[in-house]
Amino acid sequence: PDGCSVGHGPPGPLCPGPESCPVCVSFAGGSLTKLAYYSTVQHKVAKVRSFDHSGKDTEREHEPPYEISVQEEITARLHFIKFENTYIEACLDFIKDHLVNTETKVIQATGGGAYKFKDLIEEKLRLKVDKEDVMTCLIKGCNFVLKNIPHEAFVYQKDSDPEFRFQTNHPHIFPYLLVNIGSGVSIVKVETEDRFEWVGGSSIGGGTFWGLGALLTKTKKFDELLHLASRGQHSNVDMLVRDVYGGAHQTLGLSGNLIASSFGKSATADQEFSKEDMAKSLLHMISNDIGQLACLHARLHSLDRVYFGGFFIRGHPVTMRTITYSINFFSKGEVQALFLRHEGYLGAIGAFLKGAEQDNPNQYSWGENYAGSSGLMSASPELGPAQRARSGTFDLLEMDRLERPLVNLPLLLDPPSYVPDTVDLTDDALARKYWLTCFEEALDGVVKRAVASQPDSVDAAERAEKFRQKYWNKLQTLRQQPFAYGTLTVRSLLDTREHCLNEFNFPDPYSKVKQRENGVALRCFPGVVRSLDALGWEERQLALVKGLLAGNVFDWGAKAVSEPWLVDSYSEWLQRLKGPPHKCALIFADNSGIDIILGVFPFVRELLLRGTEVILACNSGPALNDVTHSESLIVAERIAGMDPVVHSALREERLLLVQTGSSSPCLDLSRLDKGLAALVRERGADLVVIEGMGRAVHTNYHAALRCESLKLAVIKNAWLAERLGGRLFSVIFKYEVPAE
Amino acid sequence: MLKLVGGGGGQDWACSVAGTSLGGEEAAFEVARPGDRGKAGGGSPGWGCAGIPDSAPGAGVLQAGAVGPARGGQGAEEVGESAGGGVERRVRHPQAPALRLLNRKPQGGSGEIKTPENDLQRGRLSRGPRAAPPAPGMGDRSGQQERSVPHSPGAPVGTSAAAVNGLLHNGFHPPPVQPPHVCSRGPVGGSDAAPQRLPLLPELQPQPLLPQHDSPAKKCRLRRRMDSGRKNRPPFPWFGMDIGGTLVKLVYFEPKDITAEEEQEEVENLKSIRKYLTSNTAYGKTGIRDVHLELKNLTMCGRKGNLHFIRFPSCAMHRFIQMGSEKNFSSLHTTLCATGGGAFKFEEDFRMIADLQLHKLDELDCLIQGLLYVDSVGFNGKPECYYFENPTNPELCQKKPYCLDNPYPMLLVNMGSGVSILAVYSKDNYKRVTGTSLGGGTFLGLCCLLTGCETFEEALEMAAKGDSTNVDKLVKDIYGGDYERFGLQGSAVASSFGNMMSKEKRDSISKEDLARATLVTITNNIGSIARMCALNENIDRVVFVGNFLRINMVSMKLLAYAMDFWSKGQLKALFLEHEGYFGAVGALLELFKMTDDK
Repeated sequence: PDGCSVGHGPPGPLCPGPESCPVCVSFAGGSLTKLAYYSTVQHKVAKVRSFDHSGKDTEREHEPPYEISVQEEITARLHFIKFENTYIEACLDFIKDHLVNTETKVIQATGGGAYKFKDLIEEKLRLKVDKEDVMTCLIKGCNFVLKNIPHEAFVYQKDSDPEFRFQTNHPHIFPYLLVNIGSGVSIVKVETEDRFEWVGGSSIGGGTFWGLGALLTKTKKFDELLHLASRGQHSNVDMLVRDVYGGAHQTLGLSGNLIASSFGKSATADQEFSKEDMAKSLLHMISNDIGQLACLHARLHSLDRVYFGGFFIRGHPVTMRTITYSINFFSKGEVQALFLRHEGYLGAIGAFLKGAEQDNPNQYSWGENYAGSSGLMSASPELGPAQRARSGTFDLLEMDRLERPLVNLPLLLDPPSYVPDTVDLTDDALARKYWLTCFEEALDGVVKRAVASQPDSVDAAERAEKFRQKYWNKLQTLRQQPFAYGTLTVRSLLDTREHCLNEFNFPDPYSKVKQRENGVALRCFPGVVRSLDALGWEERQLALVKGLLAGNVFDWGAKAVSEPWLVDSYSEWLQRLKGPPHKCALIFADNSGIDIILGVFPFVRELLLRGTEVILACNSGPALNDVTHSESLIVAERIAGMDPVVHSALREERLLLVQTGSSSPCLDLSRLDKGLAALVRERGADLVVIEGMGRAVHTNYHAALRCESLKLAVIKNAWLAERLGGRLFSVIFKYEVPAE
Repeated sequence: MLKLVGGGGGQDWACSVAGTSLGGEEAAFEVARPGDRGKAGGGSPGWGCAGIPDSAPGAGVLQAGAVGPARGGQGAEEVGESAGGGVERRVRHPQAPALRLLNRKPQGGSGEIKTPENDLQRGRLSRGPRAAPPAPGMGDRSGQQERSVPHSPGAPVGTSAAAVNGLLHNGFHPPPVQPPHVCSRGPVGGSDAAPQRLPLLPELQPQPLLPQHDSPAKKCRLRRRMDSGRKNRPPFPWFGMDIGGTLVKLVYFEPKDITAEEEQEEVENLKSIRKYLTSNTAYGKTGIRDVHLELKNLTMCGRKGNLHFIRFPSCAMHRFIQMGSEKNFSSLHTTLCATGGGAFKFEEDFRMIADLQLHKLDELDCLIQGLLYVDSVGFNGKPECYYFENPTNPELCQKKPYCLDNPYPMLLVNMGSGVSILAVYSKDNYKRVTGTSLGGGTFLGLCCLLTGCETFEEALEMAAKGDSTNVDKLVKDIYGGDYERFGLQGSAVASSFGNMMSKEKRDSISKEDLARATLVTITNNIGSIARMCALNENIDRVVFVGNFLRINMVSMKLLAYAMDFWSKGQLKALFLEHEGYFGAVGALLELFKMTDDK
């Protein structure tokens, strides 16, 4: 969205499509405007299609198994922009020029500015301003981000590294307490999507800090006041317990540093107080007060999750720190102070959702587009206002509407405690350093691959260069602020790369490679099956497993896996196979080519022969060389043509091919396609097979399921292998049976 | 408003005393305080350093959380108590409800009062023969009690105590169960007037914290100064002190029944102290006697006299100690019972400089015992406790007496420099619920910074003239009217000092408006926290005390309004005439208790 950036935003290649509406504007905190709009964006997507073989008898040796075409696809995207009110006119021009189609009659606006700018908006846009209730919008927005953005909420811990600790998505977000600290404080208890109640408030809020702070220090700007506060010593102004008790507080077991009376010293001491000290004292006074009230309300309503928002909090580590301290102090740790990455957008999101109610955006799942979103800024308290300005003046969030709603895998043992990622790179500085470097070093290769994937495009090199720049910048941001997009993980690094590639119209750089490998593997399929069938039962089981593993190694050119296996519960698995067949197996496939065709399909075939139904789940969209759902359909069709077992299973729906809803090389079992989940329930799946490093090691290695599971991978990364105590190409074969 | 109380004297209390011999005192005092008596008596004196109350110094935000298992809420102080050497608190608190009931009776005034007349007097502690007849407003009491009874069930302890002790319901005492109290008056006074002591089981008796004066010579002198025929009465002078973060509160019992023999025996410096304190209403530059609060013809520990209420800023504490040293106060062998954080802070100074050993007492214990005592003796025939009728209607809002005979459970909000909030279920069963650092000290501190004023009186005077709505952002300033979605009136304050975000408004605001906004902000915040605590604790009577309320009608009415309005009439705000002095009174009561226990 370049137009809207009024010269500030990073230019993007995607133009809003013709149906960019509705629009909403949200004003909060007096100085910032949030603009939310809905656009349709055109993506290039790689489509695969089977050749029509009806006219041909045989397939020629080097002919690809299917054809690839690049098509334009229109997807829906929500854009949120935050900028200073001074740019309001430029913003309205942008809306006028680009977004408001002829049928749009109403624009949603919320926040104090909705009153202030009503006339301007109506005059400029010739639209009726529909003022939405601030708190309703805020809560709608809050529900939306909590449901749709993984790692949206975080706790702030000043002295730990990292300071931000993200919460995993909780399937049940209600009930919660929302404390919005604007100029005043509103405390709202949210019970369901539509039911919420204003339970209390306080007039001592951000406006008090700002107003009183300005009077006391002659400092005009909110950010400057915070900056002053971060350098002050409140004990010079506040009367502390030690001032009242003298040295005795120690023997009394009192903490002498606790504040007995805010500003108590300025009542008795005849002296000058520094601006910094007064600002700090004021900050403590207000934060403590709000924290105390929040705790009292949380206790009254028996709630332990309190989300804080409003301009007082908005990304300011200083206030997040004092609020957290206060909540911990007053609740004795029973209440958790939570903050939101996209707190500043809640009102705009909510206003937008209200305006778009006929579309009901809530029926869809949305995903954050890492490529188009600014990350959470770490603004250390020591940072001056000028340095902080970047986060305050212009900020972006983009949410892509996903084709289908995403839900939990019904087989998760305990959805609330499920964490997909194995290593938290925000936490693990060593691993973070390694992986960031690893992704930086791999960038050249990805760029080359991207260019090579579009030999006919004139601007491929140029776009690939832009991609390089964008992804490189993201990596640098993440080096500085690992928490910028939530918990940093190998998965998020991979996903961000995919988003950036998409952003520059490289929808599927591996499509040709996958096509070629699939062709080669398909030709080998009959021979592999024949030789497997020739083996004795026990030998065959081992060969099938080795096939799965070898296929997994193939794309990295490994010839043999490392012995002994690093994690080896093969004998338990073999023992299990001697028992009754599973009812239904859910298999998450990984790579294209040998992996899917010579590894997974023979394994599937064996399960089918045992009488086990199979659900084969592949990615909805492309990611690296992973097999996509549409490719898997073609591959299955081709295999069915060669193999009666697969053929009849497909026909009888004992083998079902489904999509995961994901376009990631990793796997988040809490965000899976709704259809997949329904099928898993319907068929009573009792075995889950997860294959590949991205899905079984980087993610889900520790995932606990309610049924048996197989996690298979070859560690194709020397550093990781060593970390796990093995060598390169070590094998993970993890067969798990849930405890009774 | 008068600011320089010291007048031409210019000296402060301690200084004026310092250096003079016993004989010269009177003169010095006169210099210190010419002609200000009336004003001080009127309760509106100004004084140099600080008019701010203090109180619960430990208070603050601090121990908010500490809910100890045994005492339910007192964590920090509890530790303090034990560290300070007092076994008393620790032992007393874990006691079983049954024991509490036993204790409740004497508090209700059972033992000592035997005559029907006395029974009719409301005192749990009789004020003696001259006690005033039932105060005006007492007639209301039964009615109020009835109203207040249904409020009680929330707290089991209070209810059971009330049920057992018929006194609480009908104003009559149950048949006296004479506890073995040591503070007996002997034959003449009978047992009718002695302040009742808790009939603590021996093992629960408070233990003297400090080695008593034990040399034979000392004992001899001590005995001589004791009233003839009475054993366990502390030697005069009788003081109770509450040394807060901002203000020291001192209560002094002036015996009026001194016999000629006593008069003769009274040592010179004891006499001079008595004369000095009772013939002045201001001491030095900053000490004030609140003459209007004086409790007359009170019987304490078998003696009749007047109880005087004196305050001075905590910053004058060192001069006070110095004076104690120069007056050779230690020769009187009185025990100085002191509470408040300063009892700990200045303990060493008292010992080193004045050779005085403080008897340190827990401030919350003292607060509650002092409050119950003062309420029980009444305010010279008038009730101590009051409320505001029609608090939400400024025209009809008026002060009305309230009977606190059945006070439990109550939420006690002590507003000093900081604020402590206690849930009190019976005389001995209470917990500190929370506290806030936004208290009287914050009001005065911010006012000083914002307006350049120097005293509490000055700040309040400005506040009385100001308009906070110029400073605060109201709901209607943001939403153009009421915020209907949440049922907020347009006139409600949305953001305290919110208008001050704008430079133009900052430049045009008056000091009076700023003072008013500060007062309203602090008061409403305390009200809001108190209200939440009342809800959480399921208590519907909220008693506001502490020197923040001194001469502060604005805050009292705001609190009365806030309690009533936000609870839709469920909560009642109660106030007490002796606002900030209960800790000091409680400390004095401990003096008698100690002596009993000997």
